[in-house]
Amino acid sequence: MSDIVSRKTVAMTVNGHRHSAEADARTSLGEFLREALGYTGTHLACEHGVCGACTVMVDGAAMRSCLMLAVQADGCEVTTIEGLAAADGTLHPVQQALHENFGLQCGFCTPGVAITLAAVTRDNPQASVAEMELAMSGHICRCTGYQGIRRAIRQLAGETPNPHAEQH
Amino acid sequence: MKPAPFDYARPETVAEACALLSEAGGGATVIAGGQTLMPLLNLRMSQPFILVDINGIAALKGVSREAGATRVGPATRQAEALKDATLARHLPALVKALSHVGHYQTRNRGTVGGSIALGEPAAEMPATAVALGATIEIASVRGTRTVAARDFYLGPYMTVLEPDELVTGIVYPDWADGHTVLFREVAQRPGDFALTGLVGAAEVSGDRIGRVGLAFFGMGPTPIRMVRAEALLTGASLASLDVDAAAAAGVADCAPFDDHHASAEYRRLVGKRILAATLSEAFNLKVAA
Repeated sequence: MSDIVSRKTVAMTVNGHRHSAEADARTSLGEFLREALGYTGTHLACEHGVCGACTVMVDGAAMRSCLMLAVQADGCEVTTIEGLAAADGTLHPVQQALHENFGLQCGFCTPGVAITLAAVTRDNPQASVAEMELAMSGHICRCTGYQGIRRAIRQLAGETPNPHAEQH
Repeated sequence: MKPAPFDYARPETVAEACALLSEAGGGATVIAGGQTLMPLLNLRMSQPFILVDINGIAALKGVSREAGATRVGPATRQAEALKDATLARHLPALVKALSHVGHYQTRNRGTVGGSIALGEPAAEMPATAVALGATIEIASVRGTRTVAARDFYLGPYMTVLEPDELVTGIVYPDWADGHTVLFREVAQRPGDFALTGLVGAAEVSGDRIGRVGLAFFGMGPTPIRMVRAEALLTGASLASLDVDAAAAAGVADCAPFDDHHASAEYRRLVGKRILAATLSEAFNLKVAA
């Protein structure tokens, strides 16, 4: 018979580093990453699955860390925004594209946006603009008006930037 | 934002899960993907004493063929079902509907059975099960039973499931090879809850429509099977099909409601239009302006 627990030790690998910490059953993965493990790059905003800011990769798939419990991620491999850039600080192509195209302003939603685009382009290096834009339906950005993010997506899809594209 | 405290169990077999649900005496909630349940927990609209996590039960995952039917394990992730070759071949309407469930990020965690067992009236999966004539397999410590999807839904988030019962499979009957997929949805943004939508399948041979299954979602307290439209379409000749009459019959079975997204009148009007457009497009008919 499986145990019924209100608190348990959760072990997981985050960005290649192994961690283990206690978590209440009700603690979300997002809260656990921030509060117990210190990965504060994962931003919790709406906490009911609407905004997408807290998106992380769990065993390689982009998911909302507010809609998953820490205890459910026991034994999983998690990638957060801190794990995207190379060890020498070289930005991930997604981060570079967002940077070059004004795809962020205040930066609150950006960790989630970057994780989603990193997951989509990793699963399909030839991902089309339409595919990436559809995946972006899972994110809300209050600053950019999305056009900077869309320009970054066009760059990631290998399209030549349009010098007449809408600017801010 | 934190859910109210609860205990957590992760059984590895259906029997263990059923025992946990039975012992909890109604105080337990099953979590599969959690993409609708977690918001309800975070907002404290749901406050179970025990959360029974079925993600560790291998028997509840995957797609398999049975005689004349396809069986989907309830804990199969929506993203996996979307890529499944068996579903693509036998249940294209289900795959089409799945592509509209939530977002890329929520489909990676959300499950087919979670959506079906929860019974959100605007969700695609319950309506698809109703339209395609699926059967829902249920287990508890008291035994097993099967319920037709058409008899499964009682109201918003209300189903015939007893507190100690667990959905263990969804069985979709085969539709003839090359059958026509009927699907359309109107939402404010991709991934948002549908204001109105429809899903179904039709078997067409020559000029004649054979078997038809159709259901609306977002058009009442439960998925709405279009009983009258199905009767009108079944056996009809394409040459003399009155699409507007079929569309009127489709919405006649609905009971849409007003909310801050859309009025009942809007849903009824748009529902009728998308049904007419879907039928015309599917059967290559000219639409009367």
